[in-house]
Amino acid sequence: MRTKEAKLKKMRTRGHKVVLNRSAGGDLGITIMLGLLGVIMFLPMYYVVIQSLKPLDELFMFPPRFYVMSPTFDNFSDLFTLMSDSWVPFSRYIFNTVFITICGTIGNLIFASMAAYSLAKLRFPGRKAIFQLIVTSLMFHSTVNQVTHFIILSAFGWIDTYLSIIVPSMATTMGLYLMKQFMESSVPDTVLESARLDGASEFRTFLTIAMPMVKPAWLTLMIECFKSLWNSGASIYIHSEELKTFNYAINQIVSGGIARSGAGAAAIVIMMIVPIAIFVINQSKIIETMGSSGMKD
Amino acid sequence: MSQENVKTVDKERPVKRDEMSKWQWTWKEMKKNKTAYFMLAPFFILFIVFTVLPVFLSIILSLTDFNMLQVPGWEGLDNYTRLFLEDEIFMLAVQNTLIFALITGPVSYILSLLVAWFVNELPPKIRAVVTLIFYAPSISGQVYLIWKTLFSSDAYGWANATLMDLGLITDPILWFEDANYVMPLCIVVALWTSLGTAFLSFIAGFQTVDRSMYEAAAVDGIKNRWQELWYITLPTMRPQMMFGAVLAITNSFGFGSVVDALCGFPSVDYAAHTIMHHLNDYGGSRYEIGYSSAIAVVLFIIMFGSNILVKKALSKVGE
Repeated sequence: MRTKEAKLKKMRTRGHKVVLNRSAGGDLGITIMLGLLGVIMFLPMYYVVIQSLKPLDELFMFPPRFYVMSPTFDNFSDLFTLMSDSWVPFSRYIFNTVFITICGTIGNLIFASMAAYSLAKLRFPGRKAIFQLIVTSLMFHSTVNQVTHFIILSAFGWIDTYLSIIVPSMATTMGLYLMKQFMESSVPDTVLESARLDGASEFRTFLTIAMPMVKPAWLTLMIECFKSLWNSGASIYIHSEELKTFNYAINQIVSGGIARSGAGAAAIVIMMIVPIAIFVINQSKIIETMGSSGMKD
Repeated sequence: MSQENVKTVDKERPVKRDEMSKWQWTWKEMKKNKTAYFMLAPFFILFIVFTVLPVFLSIILSLTDFNMLQVPGWEGLDNYTRLFLEDEIFMLAVQNTLIFALITGPVSYILSLLVAWFVNELPPKIRAVVTLIFYAPSISGQVYLIWKTLFSSDAYGWANATLMDLGLITDPILWFEDANYVMPLCIVVALWTSLGTAFLSFIAGFQTVDRSMYEAAAVDGIKNRWQELWYITLPTMRPQMMFGAVLAITNSFGFGSVVDALCGFPSVDYAAHTIMHHLNDYGGSRYEIGYSSAIAVVLFIIMFGSNILVKKALSKVGE
């Protein structure tokens, strides 16, 4: 009978690590599959960038090329001239998106962190029921509420104001959920207890002890909130042209057809660069937070 | 409601507990934890107003003929009978929604899981790049509009140009204006954008599995990576899978905006008309709030039901 060591020794090694149950054929097959999928995922993203750099004559080339011969930034500057005869200057759309995103994300970070701390670390009657309610809400796509949402917002008189988008976004549940799960797994109760014994108030403990320990979760919460706000398009709650977002403007440009496809691609590139950059910088922290994202039924 | 919480605190502080009634005790605990409620309040109030209240409002309004202008009259279940017996487009929308959800939900879920699993075996630096490639479409907003250029209805679109170049077609295909292509194309685009939060959660989940479990399993006779995945890895990351499933279901019902952007509204012959579109059509454009609320309630029930079914199925993983 072979011992455990003998059996482990027989297994293939990769670098210094023992690699278990891996066959060369399987590795190859998986690499090919991953490669193919990766190409499908990547090509459209790549094509947007290429389109945005093409001068007009290359945009009209048949068949369309997946590379650009004489790259130009004309499409980006065209964005501003293209929209110059519309009601509001192009920069206004960008301002709206940035403004809504910043306000909503900061609000969500503050409110959701406080609520997450309360739900994760304080024991009070009703906490389980409240958390269950929040988890249940993750099961519904928010657009299903759109119509009744409209009624509530008009009761507040918030239709056609920034508030109609900013305030509801502050109570986005995804960020709260991830934050609460992360706090539970990475903030030890003993640390909080000793802070309380030193006479710190509950709010102080939250602010000076718990929050610095969950920095990865802040970033994750922010990117989750940012993602949905940054990408919010034509809202049914906003009618005024000067309050509409960049995404709405992109839709207008792209629907202009082939002649505008360069400018459209340029606008999309501007839109996608920001969230991608944020993700690239924070990837490892976000993955760290996701480690505790699991749902225990 | 508070029975469970009473029990948990009970263990820590057994003193004097039985001298009070349950309600007295709960009230005392609530007063003691005032800060907790204050910290929860700002979020919770907004959550109630903008998430919970709309649901109940939908249920109530679905029984009326509210139209934003007149005082609503009681209709009973009339909206529902109209929806199921008279509204043919609604039945089409239900059918489209289910096709859409039944394909995009499971496929995006399995794709997220498999890709995360493959990615997990790569060295860290390459893993970061590959993760970005798969995750990027889901955070890049309206980048899916590029599919409109790739599949544009003239010869400048990549799809038409390639097919014409190969001599397979002579005239360009009107991709997003042809009822035969609209649905499959929207599904492809939806899948392309679907490797989002759940995907990251899976990647993190795979990283948390303890390596020594694999070694022990190898000795115990696990023969290949698929067995390892099924018997060791997946059961360990069941919480992540549960979370991913909830997100996959939610998203599979929420691709309405992708369809709108690609095909316009209404889509040709209602070929990509989903319940969400029907809801917005009656609620947003025609102001038949009562009727659209009934549609919303039906959608709620479908979403909730599929979540329960999937949770049941997932508890069987690794058995």
